[in-house]
Amino acid sequence: MSAVIEEHHDHHDHKPTGIGRWLFSTNHKDIGTMYLWFSFIMFFVGGSMALVIRAELFQPGLQLVEPEFFNQMTTLHGLIMVFGVIMPAFVGLANWMVPMMIGAPDMALPRMNNWSFWLLPGAFGLLIASLIMSLMGMGSAPNFGWTFYAPLSTKYGPASTDFFIFSVHMMGISSIMGAINIIATIMNMRAPGMTYMKMPIFVWTWFITAYLLIAVMPVLAGAVTMMLTDRNFGTSFFDAAGGGDPVMFQHIFWFFGHPEVYIMILPSFGIISEIVPTFARKKIFGYSSMVYATASIAFLSFIVWAHHMFTTGMPVAGELFFMYATMLIAIPTGVKVFNWVSTMWKGSMTFETPMLFAIAFIFLFTIGGFTGLMLCIAPADFQYHDTYFVVAHFHYVLVTGAAFGIMAGVYYWIPKWTGNMYDETLGKWHFWLTTISANVLFFPMHFVGLAGMPRRIPDYSIQFAEFNAMATVGAFVFGFTQLIFLYNVIKTARGRTGVKATDQVWEGSHGLEWTLPSPAPFHSFTTPPQVK
Amino acid sequence: MTSQPKQQTNSNAKVIGRLMLVVVGMFGFGFVMVPIYDIFCEVTGLNGKTSGKRLTEVLEVDTNREVVVEFVATLNEEMPWEFRPAVDKVTVNPGQPTRITYVAKNVTNKDIIGQAVPSVAPGKAATYFQKTECFCFTEQKLEAGEEKEMPVIFVVDPDLPDDVTQLALSYTFFIKPTEASKTASLAHN
Repeated sequence: MSAVIEEHHDHHDHKPTGIGRWLFSTNHKDIGTMYLWFSFIMFFVGGSMALVIRAELFQPGLQLVEPEFFNQMTTLHGLIMVFGVIMPAFVGLANWMVPMMIGAPDMALPRMNNWSFWLLPGAFGLLIASLIMSLMGMGSAPNFGWTFYAPLSTKYGPASTDFFIFSVHMMGISSIMGAINIIATIMNMRAPGMTYMKMPIFVWTWFITAYLLIAVMPVLAGAVTMMLTDRNFGTSFFDAAGGGDPVMFQHIFWFFGHPEVYIMILPSFGIISEIVPTFARKKIFGYSSMVYATASIAFLSFIVWAHHMFTTGMPVAGELFFMYATMLIAIPTGVKVFNWVSTMWKGSMTFETPMLFAIAFIFLFTIGGFTGLMLCIAPADFQYHDTYFVVAHFHYVLVTGAAFGIMAGVYYWIPKWTGNMYDETLGKWHFWLTTISANVLFFPMHFVGLAGMPRRIPDYSIQFAEFNAMATVGAFVFGFTQLIFLYNVIKTARGRTGVKATDQVWEGSHGLEWTLPSPAPFHSFTTPPQVK
Repeated sequence: MTSQPKQQTNSNAKVIGRLMLVVVGMFGFGFVMVPIYDIFCEVTGLNGKTSGKRLTEVLEVDTNREVVVEFVATLNEEMPWEFRPAVDKVTVNPGQPTRITYVAKNVTNKDIIGQAVPSVAPGKAATYFQKTECFCFTEQKLEAGEEKEMPVIFVVDPDLPDDVTQLALSYTFFIKPTEASKTASLAHN
């Protein structure tokens, strides 16, 4: 993909000043920055909760926290990491990169963009308020797990559940508006000559992710609305006493929940598909198969939800259908993994931090994918269900998958955002410590899970002690290592690394975003570039 | 911002309009899943849901086959009654109408209205379990301290799969939600 740009940058960028620049921002770059910082802050909030969990699990027995508080920690950790870290980080990256990658001056709907960001602090303010009230001795924060199964969350939910419900409503509205904005931008604002099949893979994966969001976030909104009316207005959607059915909650939740897990991984696939060709100095192998694989994964995500519910007493025909449909997902995912490996094959590779994270992603995400295949086998799932094996599986796909993708993306694009190269030595320290500690943290969970340690329990049998102690050591190393990342980002943003980035930044990079100056000007592509 | 050409603004509006339709549609779909789920369970007999309808036709009796039907009584935790079947199990021929009774007693000192919800195990037998009379068809009111026999007349359909030799009929008695909280339009079976 090559682009000719008429160099007409007026260098008097009229940036608004003061707090108003951020509060009233309609600039895709500023909003992207806010999303990314929001996600980063939430990463440390949710991460601290994970450390409370791991500290309690360091030894068998109850040492640090009450079981009731432990449940609040697992619930809020999950909710914050899913809705407050991974999703906003992806939206932030989309805000920054999609307009620059397709040659658009901004997002299609800048005011809505502002609104979708500023709903998030409100949503998480509500959620965290419930924890603050709990710490002050006023009832409990949500304590029913991030999946909030009824009737635990309806009939037996604490009073703060209503805070949680409105918080989820606001997150949902924010995500839906963000997704509409991204689709409108991609459909209407592409530069002349940028056909769909010339779009960078990151744009493609986000395009498909946005459709997934639009299809399933309203279903989640419906589920929490039913909870709200069950709790407060006397309906019985999930209450067997009134003719409802709690198992139906699980069907509705996972109809949202399964596409949601692809919402949290497809943009990472996109990021990796940008980074691997750059550092292998080759074009991506199998561009169109990448696009079709992404679309197939998105389609399949709608017909596999009940594999989360194998133990609810489904008929054998249902178990078989959902088992085989789930296995099918391995095919398009395998296409992607082989394409990345083929892209590296015989390439002139260098191993800067983004590439290291990308390679670790391919390796470790694949491990998470394989444990997913193990879990999808219905008879085996009866053994694995609700054990630490499941915890190990989804942390491999979400931490070493989604989060590694985001970290790779930040290192890859931060020179373009700030105009400065990050500190490569610190980046490598961050990478190696993170990768090693993530495996020390999550790998032993496979073993204790297969041996039968249940998840969401603050205490455990003594035979699980050694592996849990290992996991806790890994967790603390992992957690504090992220401070290196924070320091590196701040150092780069402030220009203290002393190395200016060139426009192209990376030797092997290609695409419209690398034709802009570094740092990218406040207004870019006011005249659309011509893509050939 | 540069001024966008008119045509593009229109097409943004069109995209938003279409996508909002999807959003509203999917929000509705979440709620449509409720009746779909009920119908699906009733048709397939999943969850042991039996047909809520009264059997009116007479079925042919298969005297060569015997099926054991066991009776289970459960109370929802908020229901303060006593509730048990008069007999634990009976052996019947498929097609033969059989009358059994359950006994319920209101041990509190106030009148309570209850609703029984039936369930049949194994689930695949649920659709072959027919009732011609059941206390679960209507709400039951017991005055303070009242004890009542509650009859069920059932027929096991002769088409019952051959590998099913034993059935369990379970009733759970729920306290009727107060008038104010009756807004849910979910069908009781």
